[in-house]
Amino acid sequence: MSETDTDREHYEAVVVGCGPGGAAAAARLADHGIETLVLERGTKSGSKNVSGGLIYGEESAPYTLDDLFDGFREAAAERPVTDYRIHNVAGNKVKTYDLTDLHEHDTDWCDAVLRRRMDAWLEDRVHEKTSETGGGVLTNVRVNGLLRERGEIVGVTCDELDPIEADLIVAADGVNSELGREAGLMDWEEPDEWFQGVKAVVDMDPAVVNDRFDIDDDEGVAHLFSGDLFEDVRGGGFLYTNEDSLSIGTVFHLDSLVEQQAEPQELLDALLTHPMMATWLGDEYDEREYAAKLVPDSKKVAHPEPYQDRLVLVGDAAGQMQAQGPIIKGMNHAVTAGALAADAFAVTRGNADPAAAGRRYTQMLEESGTMAKLRPRRYEVSRTLAERDVITNVVDRVLESPLGSVAVGNPISNRLLQRAYNSPFLVSMLPDTSTGYVTLPSVIGEQHGRTIHWENEVEPPTLEERIGDLTYDTDVGNPHIELRDESVDASGSAVYACPVSAEDFGGGCYRSEEVKRNGSEETVVSLDTQPCVECGTCAVVADTEWEHPRGGKGVEYREG
Amino acid sequence: MRSIVLTKGVPDFSEGAVSFDEEGHLERGKTPTVMNPNDAFAVEAALQTKVRHGGHVSGMSMGPPGYADVLQGAMESVYTDDSYLLSDRELAASDTWATAITLSAGLEKYQEEVEEIDILFAGFKSADGETGQTGPQTAWAMDWPIVTHVIALDIDPDERRLRAKRLVEGDVDEIETVEAPLPCVVVTDPEFEPTYRKASHRLTHKRLRAETEQRAQEHEDHLTTWSQQDLNLDPDYIGLDGSPTIVSSVDPIPKAPSEREATMIDPDDSGGMAEVLEAMQPYAEAGE
Repeated sequence: MSETDTDREHYEAVVVGCGPGGAAAAARLADHGIETLVLERGTKSGSKNVSGGLIYGEESAPYTLDDLFDGFREAAAERPVTDYRIHNVAGNKVKTYDLTDLHEHDTDWCDAVLRRRMDAWLEDRVHEKTSETGGGVLTNVRVNGLLRERGEIVGVTCDELDPIEADLIVAADGVNSELGREAGLMDWEEPDEWFQGVKAVVDMDPAVVNDRFDIDDDEGVAHLFSGDLFEDVRGGGFLYTNEDSLSIGTVFHLDSLVEQQAEPQELLDALLTHPMMATWLGDEYDEREYAAKLVPDSKKVAHPEPYQDRLVLVGDAAGQMQAQGPIIKGMNHAVTAGALAADAFAVTRGNADPAAAGRRYTQMLEESGTMAKLRPRRYEVSRTLAERDVITNVVDRVLESPLGSVAVGNPISNRLLQRAYNSPFLVSMLPDTSTGYVTLPSVIGEQHGRTIHWENEVEPPTLEERIGDLTYDTDVGNPHIELRDESVDASGSAVYACPVSAEDFGGGCYRSEEVKRNGSEETVVSLDTQPCVECGTCAVVADTEWEHPRGGKGVEYREG
Repeated sequence: MRSIVLTKGVPDFSEGAVSFDEEGHLERGKTPTVMNPNDAFAVEAALQTKVRHGGHVSGMSMGPPGYADVLQGAMESVYTDDSYLLSDRELAASDTWATAITLSAGLEKYQEEVEEIDILFAGFKSADGETGQTGPQTAWAMDWPIVTHVIALDIDPDERRLRAKRLVEGDVDEIETVEAPLPCVVVTDPEFEPTYRKASHRLTHKRLRAETEQRAQEHEDHLTTWSQQDLNLDPDYIGLDGSPTIVSSVDPIPKAPSEREATMIDPDDSGGMAEVLEAMQPYAEAGE
C-alpha cells in the first residue's frame, strides 16, 4: 500500500551542501535546465559554516559568486577590502608592510563576509533557481553515505530521507566531507596537511569601525599578523572589518599546534590582548561568537582527480583551499569548481560512461588554471629543498645571528622585503617552516619595528563562556563522534588541539582523566561531544569514528 | 484527496496567558483564544495527506466570529487552503451533541456546494471540555466509519482505502493496524507524527509553506461563514435548546494543604533576605 523500495526517488543531480561550492554548482546546473536537489544538513545554510572571512573575485577565474548571483556583493557581503597590511611582531615591536599589491594581484574584488548571512542568502537564491527545474533546497537533511549498486556509486543515503538516485552527485559537504572519505578520495591522516583556524566575531558599531580604522562605510581593512606573537607555533593572525563587527582570528598548521601542545583559544587571546590591538578594540570588548574550522592545505591535499563514478568533489571537500603565502583563498576556488562541475555534467549529459562528467571536470580544473593555483608545481620543487630541517636550521641560525639580523635590518632590505612579501611568486614558495612564519617576521619586527606602548585592556571570554554563548541543538544520546582509542598516546593531542577543549578544563569535548585500573593509576582521554563545533580537528589528531551530527543537530553558528 | 479538518478555539491555558479570578474561575474575556492543542495533530495529519497525495484541505470550526483567528492560525501553521466558520448566536451554548449536529450540517452543505469529502480529521479532545465526543458524534451523524488514536496514516487513493496505526493504551500498550474505506473520520492521537521520507514530499511541504504565508495574510478572502439559516437547521436541535447535557455546577478542586509552614519574604526586604541566607547557611556548609 505504501511506496515500496523499488520506486526510488531520482534526480538528475544531487548537490550535497549549500555553501559557496554547492550553491555555485546548483545554480549552474539549474541554468543548464538540470533537475537539481540540494541537501543541506544545517537548519539554514551558513549555520554550519565558518571562514576567516575574505572572499575573492579573481580576474583570471572563469566564475565568481557575483557573476553567478546577481547582487551578491550588495546583499550578502560585508565591506570590500580597500587597505591590506601585514604586521611583523617581535614582542612589543611591530613593523607594518603594505600588502595591497599582493592583495590586488589578479583580484577583481574582495569582500569580507560572515557566512551565516552570506550562505543563507545564497540558499534562498539557489532554491529559487533550482525550483524552476523541478528541484530545490532541503535543509536539516544529512547525507550520510553513498548509494551503490554492484559497487558503483548511483546516489546518496540520508539520515532523514529514503535513498535517492542521481546521475550526478556533487559532494560540496565541506572540509570534513563524509562522501569524499567514503569514496576513498580524501582522508584525515596527516596533521601537516591541515591548518586550524579559530575566530572571534567582535561587535562594533559601524561608526566606530569607520573611526578606528579611518575608513568610510564602503571601505574596509584586512590586517595580517605574524612573528613571535604565538611563540613557536607556525601560523598567523588576521583582522577584517565587517559592516558592524570585526572578524579576528588565528590560523595555524595543525602539526605545529600538536607539536607545541598549544591551546588554539590561547593563541587567539594572545592576538586579542597584544598592545597593537588596543586602538582598534577600545575598552569595550563584546565577542559575539567564537568559531573554529579545519582548513585543507591545497598544496598537499587538493585532489588532482576529484571524482569517482558519478561523484565529484568540490571546494573544501576536495581540499581546494589555497594558501598563497599569508593570503588564504578557498571560497573563490569552491565557486569555480562547483560551476565547472556543473558545466562538465551539462556537456557530457547522455554519455553512457558514468564517470564522463568527473573526467571532464578534472580537465576543466586544469585548463582553467585552477589546479595550478591549488597545487603550484614550483611548490613541489621548493618544498623538497626548504622543508628539510637542515636547511631550515641553517637559515634560521643565520637570521638570528647578529650578521643576519643586520642584513635583514638594513634600510635597503626593508624595501626589498616589502616587495618580496608582495610577490605572488615568492610567497607561494615560502616554506612551511617556522622561518617564514616566526623567525623572519620577528627579525623584521625587531630590526625595523616601532615599539607599541598602548595599554590593551581587552579581557577575552573564557573558553567556558565562549562555549556557553554558542547555540546547540544537541542530539541527546546519539553522539556523532566516538573515541576509538582512549589512550593518551593515540588521542591525548585532542585535549589541547581541539578548539573547545583545554587541559584542566572539565567543560570541553576532550578531557584527561585519572582512572584506577588493576590497582594502578592511569591517564585516559574521555570525550563528551556536547560542546563540539564540528571542526574535524580530532578526526586528524585523535583516533575517532567521526561523523557529522544528524540534520539540524549540533552547533548552530549565527555569524560564521 | 479532499480533507476537512475540524478545529476548535479554546482558552490559552499556557503559563502567562491564562487568567483566573479570585475564586479560581477562568476569566474568558482576559484569556486569549487559541487553537485547541490536540487539533494541531489533526491538521498535521491533513497536511501530510495533502503533501503525499495532493488535493485540498479546508479548516472548519463552529464558534463565535473570533474563531476566524483560529482558522487563520491553521492556515498559517499547517497550510489549509480555505476556512469555513459555522457561526450564529443561535448556536451558542451547544453541547457536544448539538455541535456534532451542526457540524454535520456544515459538512453536508460542503459536499453539496463544494466537493465530496474523502477524510474528516479531528483532534483527540478539547482542552476546555475534555469530552472527546464531538468527533465520534459527527462521524455517527455522517454515517462514516471512524478510526481513533491514530499515530500514523497511509492512504491508497486508487483503492479508496486508508490504513492507520492506532495506539491502544492499556495494561500493555499496543499498536493496532486497521483499514477503513473512504470517506472516513480520522481522530489523531497526540503521539501522531507526520513523516516525510521523500525529498519530493519535503519540497512540496516547503512550497506550500511559501504559498500559504501569503494566503494567510489575506485570510478573510478565503473564509466562508455559514449562519444557522445558511445551514437550514431546526432551532430545536441546536444551541442551548438542542443540548441534552447541562453542566449543572463546577466545583474547583481545592489545593492540597501544605504540610510545612511557609514564611513569605519580600525579595526587596534586605532583613528578610538575610534571614533566608542565615537559614540556608548550614546546608551550604554541609555541601562543602
